[in-house]
Amino acid sequence: MDLHLDQITHRYDGAPVLDGIDLHIPTGRIVCLVGPSGCGKSTLLRLVGGLERPSEGDIRQIGTPPDGCLNPLTYVFQDFALLPWRTVAGNIALVLEDHGLPKSRIDAVITDVLARTNLSDFRDALPKQLSGGMKQRVAIARALAVEPAVLLMDEPLSALDSQTRELLMEDLVGLWTRQAFTAVYVTHNLDEAVRLGHRIVLLSRRPGRIRDIVEIDTDLADRRAGQADLEEKRAHLWSLMRDEARAADAELVTHG
Amino acid sequence: MADPKDGKPVPFRGGGFAPKPIAWMGPLVFVTLIAAMEIGTRTGVISNLTLPRPSAVLMTFVSLWDTGLLWKHVVPSLSRLAVGAALGATAGIGVGLTIGLFSHIRAGLVPVIAAIFPIPKIALLPLFVIWFGIDEASKYALIAFGTFTPTVVATYGAVDSVDRGLIRMGQSFGLSGLSILRKIVLPGALPGILSGLRVSLAIAIILLVAAEMLGAEYGIGAYILEAGSLYDLERLFAGVTILSLLGVGVNWTIGRIERRVLRWRV
Ligand SMILES: Nc1ncnc2c1ncn2[C@@H]1O[C@H](COP(=O)(O)OP(=O)(O)OP(=O)(O)O)[C@@H](O)[C@H]1O
Ligand SMILES: [Mg+2]
Repeated sequence: MDLHLDQITHRYDGAPVLDGIDLHIPTGRIVCLVGPSGCGKSTLLRLVGGLERPSEGDIRQIGTPPDGCLNPLTYVFQDFALLPWRTVAGNIALVLEDHGLPKSRIDAVITDVLARTNLSDFRDALPKQLSGGMKQRVAIARALAVEPAVLLMDEPLSALDSQTRELLMEDLVGLWTRQAFTAVYVTHNLDEAVRLGHRIVLLSRRPGRIRDIVEIDTDLADRRAGQADLEEKRAHLWSLMRDEARAADAELVTHG
Repeated sequence: MADPKDGKPVPFRGGGFAPKPIAWMGPLVFVTLIAAMEIGTRTGVISNLTLPRPSAVLMTFVSLWDTGLLWKHVVPSLSRLAVGAALGATAGIGVGLTIGLFSHIRAGLVPVIAAIFPIPKIALLPLFVIWFGIDEASKYALIAFGTFTPTVVATYGAVDSVDRGLIRMGQSFGLSGLSILRKIVLPGALPGILSGLRVSLAIAIILLVAAEMLGAEYGIGAYILEAGSLYDLERLFAGVTILSLLGVGVNWTIGRIERRVLRWRV
């Protein structure tokens, strides 16, 4: 299932946050959204997932979600959003319970996604017993459990330390290599973007417009940190983003 | 280079502000207070008219037990408390949830709750007697009404404090409104509701006694009123002790429930 964004403009209290965004999200690819703080990345993601309505423009699903898909547009949140009163298995069961599946089927799905995210030993743990990286793994397992057509990830690794981030990036690459998923991946971090993105969309400072789109054809599994071609793209993105960020900074100062 | 031995240790400035359970402290305070009263009244430092002797209160208690009068007073009181508080707390949680969830109901009801909260409910007992009769029903109503308002306020405050991020998560996975309420809002509000119940139930005990003082043959309130009008301090204190025990018991029960259902709390 592809997603197509057509001339998306969004305003809060009359102030534009996003301006004329045109974007295509093809099946089986990871589209990274990068841009300076406050440029509307999270807002765009909320619009794409239907948590908010755009002021103008429309967002279309092209094609049908895969068989067995319970929730076509599924989020992974920066702050994990796990229910602290439910165990790991309970948190995953939460998103399956409303679909009238038999108990045995729910158990099987939970076992499968926990195995895919290396969490089988933590099935009965409470969130408070888990480290940040583990919590985000649980959130990813929960998202995989509903067999999403598109994963919407808002800075999923930002709350984690750099080692954990590196490990989770490898996990995501592994998951994608085994079974290609479609994702919109918002991040501040250009290293993440060039490691995980097939297409990197750079937004300008607020109001967010598309500043540049960079395609990376190297297979995800073949990308390594510090690889020359990736470094080159990263440097290109950084030079554009630095100007935007600097200008955004200056604006905040002048406007008080 | 300076010799490390010449330095002085960094002064400790941390610690504190982290309550931890100290099991023996509460009983110790009680025992000390009671022992001081006993010694004071025995030695004459405290006159018999000021305070009864704790041992005499204990004897009164024993005779209450032996004659079976204790249960005759305690059982009706407990059942009034149970029925009244259950009605009030259930209605309070229900109304509190709807206030927490629906803006129109909130806008309509919050001023009403604010208006009835400060009314001393005991002043309304005559009204309840007219509405529900002189029997048990008016006592239930009084206790229920007194429990209701603080429960409402605690409940909608607790609903407001539920993490909105978790609710958005539920919506983003397509959970039904009922599921979000049952599986996210209610458990998230539970800590606030339970701590509100501590206050509500203490108020319920106060109103129980007030209602029984104003018209009941049996009940802890009636017993205390009778002892008070005869200036029988031993029986008065025996009655008051029962109330305190009731309060401690209620608090302990809620504490146990919290420990059980809020194990997930960090
Ligand atoms: N609900 C809202 N009401 C009003 N303004 C909002 C709302 N949500 C976001 N904004 C504003 O819209 C702008 C874009 O916010 P958004 O969170 O989408 O940015 P972002 O690119 O995700 O930033 P960051 O990188 O810091 O996460 C910000 O200026 C923010 O203050
Ligand atoms: Mg954001």
